[in-house]
Amino acid sequence: MAIFEGPVQALIDELGRLPGVGPKSAQRIAFYLLKVAPEDANRLATAISEAKARVTWCRRCYNLAEGELCTFCRDDRRDPSLLCVVQEAPDIVAVERTHEFHGRYHVLQGAISPIEGIGPEQLRVKELLRRVEEEGVKEVILATNPNIEGETTAMYVARALKPLGVRITRIASGLPVGGDLEYADEVTLSRALEGRREVDA
Amino acid sequence: MSRLYRDQGVVLRTIKLGEADRIVSFMTQGNGKVRAVAKGVRRPGSRFGARLEPTTHVVFQCYRGRELDVVTQVETIDANRQLRDTYAALTHAISMLEAVDQVAQERERNVGLYRMLVGALKTLATQPSPMVSAAFFWKLLSLEGFHPALDACARCGAREPFVAFDLDDGGVLCEPCGRHGGRRITPEALDVVGRVVGGGLNGVLSSPPPPPLLHEIERLAIAALEHQSERRLKSAALL
Ligand SMILES: [Zn+2]
Ligand SMILES: [Zn+2]
Repeated sequence: MAIFEGPVQALIDELGRLPGVGPKSAQRIAFYLLKVAPEDANRLATAISEAKARVTWCRRCYNLAEGELCTFCRDDRRDPSLLCVVQEAPDIVAVERTHEFHGRYHVLQGAISPIEGIGPEQLRVKELLRRVEEEGVKEVILATNPNIEGETTAMYVARALKPLGVRITRIASGLPVGGDLEYADEVTLSRALEGRREVDA
Repeated sequence: MSRLYRDQGVVLRTIKLGEADRIVSFMTQGNGKVRAVAKGVRRPGSRFGARLEPTTHVVFQCYRGRELDVVTQVETIDANRQLRDTYAALTHAISMLEAVDQVAQERERNVGLYRMLVGALKTLATQPSPMVSAAFFWKLLSLEGFHPALDACARCGAREPFVAFDLDDGGVLCEPCGRHGGRRITPEALDVVGRVVGGGLNGVLSSPPPPPLLHEIERLAIAALEHQSERRLKSAALL
């Protein structure tokens, strides 16, 4: 439904296509942009077009990259026999913040979502299988989200990897550190029990 | 009228909202389909935890908002955990949820549909056979008023043998009528469908048909469902 003049409506429509932006927010952002100084609005426009022009997908792991390979794929100190599979590029940032992982990554660029009709063929699964075969990978760590989509994806990927004889692990699910046991839901708590480990004393 | 209400329901689907929230759709016992916002549910350590994930059966409390209701409390009745253990069980469970999401009306009580869904999820959790969802689709159709005509040709009234099933006519077709339409179907598949809709569901579930036959029954059920609702069942592509 077009209420405003051509260029204004076009801006609202474009903003409204962004994830998490509904029609109302789109309108609010559009009017904000129309009110700010031209150089401020242009800076945003330039940032978008620069990023689009210079940033691509790493041709090995599908992380964001400037050039052919991303920073992790270019870094020789990373262990190529360990591969951490994530849904989206920002998930790499989260894993990196732990300083616990020194292998390489593979970004699926999404998750299987039956209800939205997103199947495995829309993800970078074939590319993952090829990497495991060609790069001497010994362990694949499935670090997809611990929700229905992420779990469906992890189960699918594990099934596809199985014939390759590689070690397949899934990141643990359990209680949030700093939380109280009594507030834990049953699924989380039973996962935590399954993933229990010996305590050194 | 109080703005707070409690109900039981199965989580059908969730949609991301803003930074950390989700809109959750429930198939409830008392209020039909209900959509409500769960605030902060995407953050690890949210007090809702995994309780608002699809397939979970819960008791919840909401308050009525101006646009959307807001979830304030959730307790698990049954997490249906086994459904999350295999790819096949999960995709079949989700296809049932999607079918209910399409058929159920918001704020329109439909206890029959609610009970059927709760029962089917429980059955699938303990007996992960694709026959459960296929049977569920046929039962759903008959609950919605679509009773397939299986005893006589839907066009001319002729008796067996039947060779096809026509979605527009809503039933089987004899050999001459089946030449000009309908989808091919085997007598074995028709027999199973007849038992499912005719009260013989338990028998079918205790000795499910072999995979090719099951596939045939499932595909026909999905086609009939899509024909009736005039919408595609997206998750069917993954079955
Ligand atoms: Zn890379
Ligand atoms: Zn006929």
